[in-house]
Amino acid sequence: MTFPLWKTRPGGDRGGAWFLAVLFVVAVAVPILNQAVPSSSAFHLSAFGITLIGKYLCYGMLALSVDLIWGYCGILSLGHAAFFSLGGYAIGMYLMRQIGPRGVYGNPILPDFMVFLNYKSLPWFWYGFNHFSFALLMMVLAPGLLALVFGWFAFRSRVTGVYFSIITQALTYALMLAFFRNDMGFGGNNGFTDFKDIMGFDLHSDGTHVVLLVCTVVALAASYMACRTIVESRAGRVIRAIRDAESRTRFLGYPVESFKLWLFVFSGIIAGIAGALYVPQVGIINPSEFAPINSIEAVIWVAVGGRGTLYGAIAGAVLVNYAKTYLTGAFPEVWLYALGALFVLVTVFLPRGIIGLLPTLEKK
Amino acid sequence: MLSLRLITPLHAQSSNDAAFLSTLGELREASYDDKGAIVERLSRSGHSSVRPVLTALLDGRLYSRNSDQKIFIVKSADVDPFNLIDPVSLKPAGSAAADSLTQIGTNNGLRRLLRTTVARFALSSPDAVVRLDAVREMLKSLDDPTVTLLRERAAVETNSGVKKEIASALALAALDGSDSKARLEAIATLRQSLSQDVRNRLALLVDKSPGGAFVESDEAVRRAAASAVQSIDGWRSFYSDIQTLFFGLSLGSVLVLIAIGLAITFGVMGVINMAHGELMMLGAYTTYAVQLAMPGHIGTSILLAIPAAFIVSGLTGVLMERTIIQFLYGRPLETLLATFGVSLILQQTVRSIFSANNRSVLTPEWMSGSLRLNDALAITYNRLYIVIFTLIVFFLILLVLKRTRIGLDIRAVSQNRSMAKAMGIRTEWVDAMTFGLGSGIAGVAGVALSQLTNVGPNLGQSYIIDSFMVVVFGGVGNLWGSLIGGMSMGTVNELLEPYAGAVLSKILILVALILFIQIRPRGLFPQKGRAAEDK
Repeated sequence: MTFPLWKTRPGGDRGGAWFLAVLFVVAVAVPILNQAVPSSSAFHLSAFGITLIGKYLCYGMLALSVDLIWGYCGILSLGHAAFFSLGGYAIGMYLMRQIGPRGVYGNPILPDFMVFLNYKSLPWFWYGFNHFSFALLMMVLAPGLLALVFGWFAFRSRVTGVYFSIITQALTYALMLAFFRNDMGFGGNNGFTDFKDIMGFDLHSDGTHVVLLVCTVVALAASYMACRTIVESRAGRVIRAIRDAESRTRFLGYPVESFKLWLFVFSGIIAGIAGALYVPQVGIINPSEFAPINSIEAVIWVAVGGRGTLYGAIAGAVLVNYAKTYLTGAFPEVWLYALGALFVLVTVFLPRGIIGLLPTLEKK
Repeated sequence: MLSLRLITPLHAQSSNDAAFLSTLGELREASYDDKGAIVERLSRSGHSSVRPVLTALLDGRLYSRNSDQKIFIVKSADVDPFNLIDPVSLKPAGSAAADSLTQIGTNNGLRRLLRTTVARFALSSPDAVVRLDAVREMLKSLDDPTVTLLRERAAVETNSGVKKEIASALALAALDGSDSKARLEAIATLRQSLSQDVRNRLALLVDKSPGGAFVESDEAVRRAAASAVQSIDGWRSFYSDIQTLFFGLSLGSVLVLIAIGLAITFGVMGVINMAHGELMMLGAYTTYAVQLAMPGHIGTSILLAIPAAFIVSGLTGVLMERTIIQFLYGRPLETLLATFGVSLILQQTVRSIFSANNRSVLTPEWMSGSLRLNDALAITYNRLYIVIFTLIVFFLILLVLKRTRIGLDIRAVSQNRSMAKAMGIRTEWVDAMTFGLGSGIAGVAGVALSQLTNVGPNLGQSYIIDSFMVVVFGGVGNLWGSLIGGMSMGTVNELLEPYAGAVLSKILILVALILFIQIRPRGLFPQKGRAAEDK
């Protein structure tokens, strides 16, 4: 029996309710501040501001996916940025094909980098990406399949704990090296950029930015509610049991491996969707998104916000990234010190993150 | 030659010098034919500087100074102002602008004469290495005078290496003859050679001309040459395989050196230290700092840097353990994150102190160059030393762990922490020492790495993922696992690289490792017993 989505348990998801309320405010306020408020006003939100908020929310969604498996199932993935980037590359391929003859070389079929690298025809894995629906399918399928295959191998042979973390790090590192290669057919180290439009809408106009942001808000809210439903369901209890005593859960007869695998796949898909929303907003995707440090940073967002709370992870992502934007602008020297200190302080002194400091939000 | 000079009376020496100088001076205005005669006279003078002077003339590095008409050797004609060398004493004699000097010119005929003369000098050098190099040089352009010279030398040569080289040079010359039997014998001699030059010369005999006819008309010679080329190619590829294997082992020993420290800390504390690469970087920077502190003693500074790096990185490790890690026991994933934070802080600290630019650490003379085993196989000294160094460190650590009191404590704690504690072992102290030991070894690995790559703030990151793989592959907490894991990963990497390229071979190894984990989830040498389940 699952707990219905809309009915919180006694003393239940108050933090989640607050979080959804904030998201709703963002979804309403941003279009008004950008479209209705004149650009001369101090309250006007520029396209840059919208992109920044959208970026933070995409990171929040990545953090959500990490928290789902780390906070509730104890699987620490140091390679989640791989799923994020794969989703981004899927939508990036669609955006590249949308450019069409407007590229520097004016080739109606081949993207610029392929002309530059002397490709004669489109590689087979680029077929279909001229349709938006196909790209949407791939942004779910590519990360999902990777998570399925990788997770199946890893969980089946009971790779756990630090071993799993290291192997996931190796996975994203290998993918980074692979995507850096020019002959992979994904643009090498330049990746994809110079996008023109999405579904016929100009990517440089404020209106498109607003719509993309609202889409991100909706996707984030939906995936939050989906994750919440999972962790509050009976399956969610089994998942928590796996986190706390894996062998005992196995001995009680639960198929631990499949629970872990499907949770991992679901988490990978959320990360992929986050990446797909991220790329059209920031306008670039390249192999450095796969860098191991990105995945580890995502983990620290979760730790800062508070693992095992879902909304805390999203709050952590937004806060840390806001600090990053501010510090790298104002004191570039300080940022790595600050990030390093954050890792140390949060793990040593704040095992439950910032949310742990706010006792009113937590159920007793 | 030195002893000769010692017994020569002083005045005789100086008059000899004067005669040498005046003969040299004649070179300035002589015609090319006269220059040839002068060179002959110089070479008969028996003066100790004849060979360097003639070599300089051959290389176009002999100049006369416009102001006083004195002759000088120029160290290198590429740098202006020139660094001058006195032709008699061969000592530095200051420098001068390029346009204040006039080069002493040579023509083809003179250069041929000079080459033979210089070669003859080199051939009679008491140093076998000089003689060998001379023969190798002559082998590239064989003409009648050089062949005569080599024949003369072959009669008196005692060194077997030089003898063999002369034999193949003479055989090469004999190939050009017309006597079929002598040519077949020559080919039989050349079969033993491994040199690329010899192989190419023999391959010419097998070639077809553009018209489709064979260049070589004698079929027996052609067949013998073809089989000789095949045999040489076989041996060369055999030796190049050995070389690849050695490259693999040297790359592997770097990985082993890094992984040993990781294996120790993980084995005892169940902690993967993400800052391990940065501790290694600290070791490399220590090497750099020690070298800065004692300029002019590069060789000694490297040896001193080994203990210094051990102490610097080891103390940093102990500090990390005492201030951070001891609060995180039983939470390996959090420890992983905290140590990652430390790694970021260390990186930024180094960047603030030494700047983000790479620093280059000088290589001492005894580590540069290569050991040439034969024509097809040369082993660079720095790689050789690193393999040896790794083995020394490995067996030292093994000794510490198996034969000392602290080693006993470390093994006890790693096998069963609570039981060790109950038996009165101060586990906290053991933890700090273990972490210090593991970190210190990382520092030592940094010293080795500073000899292979540039020293920069990102040094640690570029190797750390590979060394994690080694630990996972070999089995956590097992030194032998790290040794075998590291060596085999290094070797496989080098073997794959020529076929797959550097990046793809790395990817293939990672994929292979992920598959390997399917069969042996806990590495080649898994920990056994109760301790294994807790980690």
